[in-house]
Amino acid sequence: MDLNTVVEIRDARRRAPWRPGDAWLGGGTYLFSEPQPHLRRLVDLSRMGWTPVHRHVDGSLELAATCTIAELSRYARDLLAPAAPLFEQCCRAFLASFKIWNMATVGGNLCNGLPAGPMISLTAALDGECLLIAQDGARRRIRVADFVIGAGRKDLAEGEMLRSVTLPARALACRTAFRQTSLYGLGRSAALVIGTLDPVDHSVAITVTAATVRPVRLWFPLAPTAGALREAIDGAVTDSEWFDDIHGLPEWRRHMTFRLAEEIRRELTREERR
Amino acid sequence: MKVDVNGRTFEEEPRPGQCLRTYLRERGWFGVKKGCDQGDCGACTVHVDGRPVHSCLYPAFRADGHAVTTVEGLAAPDGELHPVQQKFLDAQGFQCGFCTAGFLMTTAALDEDKLADLPRAFKGNLCRCTGYRAIEDAVRGVKNVEAPAPGESVGRSLPAPAGPQVVTGTARYTFDIDVPGLLHMKLLRSPHAHARILAIDTSAALRVPGVQAVFTHHDAPERHFSTARHEHPTEDPDDTRVLDTTVRYIGQRVAAVVADSEASAEEGCRRIEVTYEVLPAVLDPEDAMRPGAPVVHDKDAGTARISRPQDNVVGEAHGEIGDVAAGFADADVIYEETFRTQRVQHASLETHGAVAWIDEDGRLTVRTSSQTPFLTRRALCALYDLPEEQVRVMAGRVGGGFGGKQEMLVEDIVALAVLKLRRPVKLEYTRAEQFYGATTRHPFTIRVKAGARRDGTLTALQLRVVANTGAYGNHGPAVMFHSVGESMAVYRAAHKKVDAFSVYTHTVPAGAFRGYGLGQVLFAVESALDELARRLDLDPLDFKARNIIGPDEPMLTPGGHEEDLHIASYGLDQCLSIVRRAQAEPRTEPVPDGWLLGEGAALAMIATGPPGGHIADAKATLLPDGTFDLAVGTAEFGNGTTTVHKQIAAGELATTVDRVAIRQSDTDVVRHDTGAFASTGTVVAGKATLRASRALADQLLDFAAAHLGVERAGCRLDEEAVLHPGGRLLLKEVYAASRAVGLELAADGHFGGTPRSVAFNAHWFRVAVDPGSGEIRILRSVHAADAGKVMNPMQCRGQVEGGVAQALGATLFERVLLDEHGAVDTAAFRRYRLPQYADVPRTEVHFMETADAIGPLGAKSMSESPFNPVAPALANALRDATGVRFTEVPLLRDRVWRELERHSGSRRPPGSP
Repeated sequence: MDLNTVVEIRDARRRAPWRPGDAWLGGGTYLFSEPQPHLRRLVDLSRMGWTPVHRHVDGSLELAATCTIAELSRYARDLLAPAAPLFEQCCRAFLASFKIWNMATVGGNLCNGLPAGPMISLTAALDGECLLIAQDGARRRIRVADFVIGAGRKDLAEGEMLRSVTLPARALACRTAFRQTSLYGLGRSAALVIGTLDPVDHSVAITVTAATVRPVRLWFPLAPTAGALREAIDGAVTDSEWFDDIHGLPEWRRHMTFRLAEEIRRELTREERR
Repeated sequence: MKVDVNGRTFEEEPRPGQCLRTYLRERGWFGVKKGCDQGDCGACTVHVDGRPVHSCLYPAFRADGHAVTTVEGLAAPDGELHPVQQKFLDAQGFQCGFCTAGFLMTTAALDEDKLADLPRAFKGNLCRCTGYRAIEDAVRGVKNVEAPAPGESVGRSLPAPAGPQVVTGTARYTFDIDVPGLLHMKLLRSPHAHARILAIDTSAALRVPGVQAVFTHHDAPERHFSTARHEHPTEDPDDTRVLDTTVRYIGQRVAAVVADSEASAEEGCRRIEVTYEVLPAVLDPEDAMRPGAPVVHDKDAGTARISRPQDNVVGEAHGEIGDVAAGFADADVIYEETFRTQRVQHASLETHGAVAWIDEDGRLTVRTSSQTPFLTRRALCALYDLPEEQVRVMAGRVGGGFGGKQEMLVEDIVALAVLKLRRPVKLEYTRAEQFYGATTRHPFTIRVKAGARRDGTLTALQLRVVANTGAYGNHGPAVMFHSVGESMAVYRAAHKKVDAFSVYTHTVPAGAFRGYGLGQVLFAVESALDELARRLDLDPLDFKARNIIGPDEPMLTPGGHEEDLHIASYGLDQCLSIVRRAQAEPRTEPVPDGWLLGEGAALAMIATGPPGGHIADAKATLLPDGTFDLAVGTAEFGNGTTTVHKQIAAGELATTVDRVAIRQSDTDVVRHDTGAFASTGTVVAGKATLRASRALADQLLDFAAAHLGVERAGCRLDEEAVLHPGGRLLLKEVYAASRAVGLELAADGHFGGTPRSVAFNAHWFRVAVDPGSGEIRILRSVHAADAGKVMNPMQCRGQVEGGVAQALGATLFERVLLDEHGAVDTAAFRRYRLPQYADVPRTEVHFMETADAIGPLGAKSMSESPFNPVAPALANALRDATGVRFTEVPLLRDRVWRELERHSGSRRPPGSP
């Protein structure tokens, strides 16, 4: 929709002091989807020229904030890594269709901080780290699982910019398992659980998103038993952290999380035994 | 900025925050539609450098240097249709057509992978009309249309006449016109559920550059009216003002700002300062009826036509046939339960809105997205003391209605502005406003008590019905009365009793919605009788079959007898046979391990028109070239009646539909038409068309015979000529001859909508249920429809499929939720789940072999009624699968799971009674 209070589009390449009423413009798929009467200027990131996906020599993968979902999906098709299938699974977990993938960005999804944000699921599960750049140029790094701190809340200062997310090579080498559920067919995620199994030390990480207000990543030195997994989830997620909104009752999300996590545990341990 | 749109270059700079959708529309590319403006519905899909995007989310400035293709640019420059356009025409993959451009642009961009997974490919496209089967046919290249010989149109699958315009983006909907000097209106809405307006300061708003005027209650007429449109205005309470001094729901209009642009009007709204005295509010209808509850309308009962204003009861029905106490005493088993249905939004893809101006003759002219142009004119005249000849109301092609546009929700305030400013003004609702500033389906609470003897005889049926009509009583009493009519009449029981209430609350008003109350009460009755049968150890369908009325039995309701309602054809027995056949067929669908299997059915009866008369006029005229002009009042919003009118006329005039041109939905073209609601487009307006066409055919033959000096009996019409013993006289020659003697060959047809018949429906589902997640999977869906003689099988099937899909939405997941203050919490499609392509199973549609004695050429209505049996059929199947009776819709996975968990100790094995 038209954002009628916006009076200026500013190119992010040209530095200028951040003002109240400024907002970073990534793909625009969130900003243009709701009235934003508090906004006056959009700071356009589309001309930054960042490489959408960059494989570093150490094998890690850096996703630019401006990388579109379509670019990520295409890249992952040719990615040679055990974790590669997880990328497409998470792209498909978007409520939005492939048309939105042409515009929506990885960074935008992270910075929205919604529990059902599938790029949060992906990058939290793969132990991703955000690179943030403040207005004064100061850089800091923070794990995705710590960047999103609540439903729509994130550790991001006014004017601070998400530059990229880096997924370590070790995570990309993991075998992964993915489960998602929604109140509706192909609908918004109500619970999204990802498991990773590290082939080097056989450690397992279970990452819960969508069902909880923030990503919850649980690490086990060895594959847990069903009981231990359940206990770990129960211990890590407080009652108020089971997400309560119109897309699913918290007790159902909790139940589905246990169920999906157990399915994942079995899938990963079955693979392990082979 | 330099952007190529369909091969033309545009260099105007967009506004900084402008999206591509409005940039394109402002340049005349009206094929780009606004369904939601939020990226959810896909109606605005265009290609940028060949890639499909939702133009409502696409920042316009980013189109700089790119090539944009809209639906208008899809066809070849020589006009040859793109293959996808041709396929949508051949399959008729649309009804109202408002979503079609988006589907075309999306389909045109699908690669092989995506074509292999259409449910996923169409995640970003919503259609409210079709139920998606016809869209699937279009994508797959199925041809559904026929081209019958002259005079043989009736009963054949002719395509919609507007199809070529729909698929090329040139069909003109309400807002698809360019009006020079147009002003834009935005509404300031109440943040309080109940408040008195103490003061409104508009001075800051008026200082906003571009703002032309601000209207408040000071500018509004004192008189009250109802937004509901009925032939008889007395059916609804006069409880509404154009702008009131009291607001009664969150979202009610407080003021209107008119400005040069929507941006200025929005800014104006933000600058208005309103001082409210906040008053206590009541949100629940049972609470509202209790002594001491806040009074929603402190008005005179007689003047406003409110049953008991102090008790918040706007209308009520009480009655008893026989003696229910005796009937229950006679029963071996009694079942009593409370059922609830939720708020549902119509969600037509085109929002409400109107564009109005003063024409050259000084007439107020209103172009509006309405099902009732004539009744809206009548209301405007009454409101502003205007003679009818000073007001013209018309509808372009309407982007879906479903009852939501049987209201005057915008025309009154737009007219007020135009009459004051004498300039053209437009008000176009946002998608969010559709949810909190329009109407919903009435939420119902139904207490049902039913008793039967062991032999399966229903002895007594008692209902207590409470319908929440919201803050205004538009359609409230009428929906309440209708809800307990056919739903109680279809079953034979010696003892019946009803107490029904339509109740005011401080919530968004409910209004007319497909089914008009019947669906809500049928959910309760059809569920309760299913349960009663199970408790009697009887097959539910056998039990119902034993107790339904036969073709010669009276239709008795405790709410009152309707003299003009007849069973002029009876297909209910055939409907049940269809269900039995489906039940008997072996199951072929796989069921996942651990899932529970069940099946369920429900039936429905509906009158083929509203009580109290429904008027339609039509006029058929011979044109100089020997073709025909047919003028009808009824509106086209995807219901397909335009096609049917052409078919009827072509049948009577022994010609082909392409020789009949229709003018419609305009108060200038005929004397009167009550409107396209209550499923009357075919049975009432169609009958007027039949009469006009038949009369014109007689005139043509009379005149030709006299002109030629031959026996009338030896003459007949044939496509473009009168055949007579001596040869052929072309109709254009007939025209010339008639002109020569100063005669116009034209005939009027009229129908008053009475007497009326009844139509029947039955639905059957087989479902699988995962008790561990609450997921319901529909394995098979079968619908039997008794529409009398089916005028157009393809379109009628589309009406049934669309009705079933809409009902599935209301059964499975749609819900307008209010927060604790009464504010709508689901004001976007991403929060209000409409059925998507992936959600709608293919329904097998069967038509019964009946011919109605009242309807035109034996036809009956079939647009509301397919909705009605769906929810109880699904709930009955769920009961069959799980042993648990669900008494509330929607049947969302989390609720189903929770309920099954609650009963997990007592749950019976699947299939047990």
